[in-house]
Amino acid sequence: MNVVNVLAEPRISLLGSSAVLFEAPGDFDIHNQRRVWALAERASSWPEVGEAVPGMTNLTLILKEPPRSIDTLKRKLYDGWASGEELQPQSRTVEIPIHYGGEGGPHLTDVAEGTGLSVADVVRLHSEPDYTVYAVGSHAGYCYLGGLDPRLFMPRRKVPLLSIPGGSLSVAGMQTGVSASKGPSGWHTIGRADIVFFDPANQPPALLQPGDMIRFKVAEVLS
Amino acid sequence: MIEILTPSPLMTVQDLGRPDFYRYGVSRSGAMDRMALAVGNILLGNADDAAALEIPLPPVRFLFREDCAFALTGADCRATLDGKPVPPWWAMEARAGQILQLSAPVEGSRAYLCLAGGIDVPAVLGSRSTQLREEFGGLEGRPVSKGDVLPSGDGHAELPASGTGALPPRQALAFGDESAIAIRVVPAAEYECFTGGTRDEFWAADWDVTVQSNRAGFRLSGLELKLKTTLELRSHGIVPGVIQVPPGGQPIIQLADAATMGGYPKIGSVIEADLWRIGQAKAGDKLKFVQVTYEEALDALSASGAYLEGLRAQVTRLRSLANKWAKT
Repeated sequence: MNVVNVLAEPRISLLGSSAVLFEAPGDFDIHNQRRVWALAERASSWPEVGEAVPGMTNLTLILKEPPRSIDTLKRKLYDGWASGEELQPQSRTVEIPIHYGGEGGPHLTDVAEGTGLSVADVVRLHSEPDYTVYAVGSHAGYCYLGGLDPRLFMPRRKVPLLSIPGGSLSVAGMQTGVSASKGPSGWHTIGRADIVFFDPANQPPALLQPGDMIRFKVAEVLS
Repeated sequence: MIEILTPSPLMTVQDLGRPDFYRYGVSRSGAMDRMALAVGNILLGNADDAAALEIPLPPVRFLFREDCAFALTGADCRATLDGKPVPPWWAMEARAGQILQLSAPVEGSRAYLCLAGGIDVPAVLGSRSTQLREEFGGLEGRPVSKGDVLPSGDGHAELPASGTGALPPRQALAFGDESAIAIRVVPAAEYECFTGGTRDEFWAADWDVTVQSNRAGFRLSGLELKLKTTLELRSHGIVPGVIQVPPGGQPIIQLADAATMGGYPKIGSVIEADLWRIGQAKAGDKLKFVQVTYEEALDALSASGAYLEGLRAQVTRLRSLANKWAKT
């Protein structure tokens, strides 16, 4: 059951007085995401914008100097979207071995039950595709991925967990990803990986950028 | 330079935060009460981005290892320097060997200890704030504990002999009645997706701050906030102040160390100018939300700025008068 709301028109809303959220209309797909990346590149040079942060077919503008009226900013966003311009950043592919299930993936069976699939099918459907890094965020270096098989759709957990370890592979909604550090999560954890996604000493500090690709390799499946 | 003799939990070095790395997933971090930090730095003539020690759970005891001017702002912790009372929102000189003691707060929750010249730890990604989740910034990316020594940078506060103080923001920027801590909120994208009853109750109710409240966010408890229909959103940017409502119906205010992205429905966002009020709330306190527009949010930001600039002008004048007096 897919209950993700699809907008007919772009929607712009306020995050208080310090940020503006632009949500793209239409499907959650790579074309809309490439349009978001193009819009982000465009917006990052606007004087009132500190940072333009792509999300999942949406864009958050962190305001450096909140303008007295945001009408101009809204118009620039609508116009930028209407241009239809797409951007495919330079990309590379990183292969990440995954230990599915076991202590590192306590919700693998929940996802199997929730989706009506066998554990083996969940692992197969999850490890088959190449995933695109749509967005980086949540915590430092974390990658939001596009390309999850719709059969693995699961709603977020009703009550978020206070902490899951770094390297946890999780799914929720139409999304999947590997946590870059220990922290709270509202997703279902189905496996574990050993990889460093973020180092403040590096330039840039995050391992992966929007547009990069991830391939999950089944290291083992634990019961 | 100060040494921590008796520590309190979760003390961290914080400045105004690390705002320019959202696109790599780095939360803003920084002081939970940026107003208290700003006042402390102004009283000492520090740079605005000087770092201080955030003390969320006094009591705590420090030893000055050398002469150093300090400011104590935020929560009123009935502080003493070698047993003599230090007024709240006050800056003064300490001598080497003196002991500064803070008791449990009688008002507010987080105290800020600022040193002349700021706490001198290396800046990482443009800030000295402690990034607790990723373990970098501040003092080795960790809370400050017993035996730690915090060095101060170069800075001469040139304070009047008995020190100088500030009118607390809680008085200068007073807002709402005293029955609950009033917090101004701009409605967010999913506001209209909540039932009419929920929207009314959201503004009318008092919200309890639960013990599950920290630098990442404040979890509140009260009436169950209900959506008209289930929503599963695409993850998007989150900034400090955003009020998310997970399916349990209990709101969470995202704060300094919050995730930079999320997908729970947002009923509103606490305005930037009121985040410091949350920084001074503690478990058991009651919050009340007051609806404002974007323009009113900017007005409130201007009022905060004017308060700080007024204080800066006053401190600068006092300092120059004190210098003149010293030379005659």
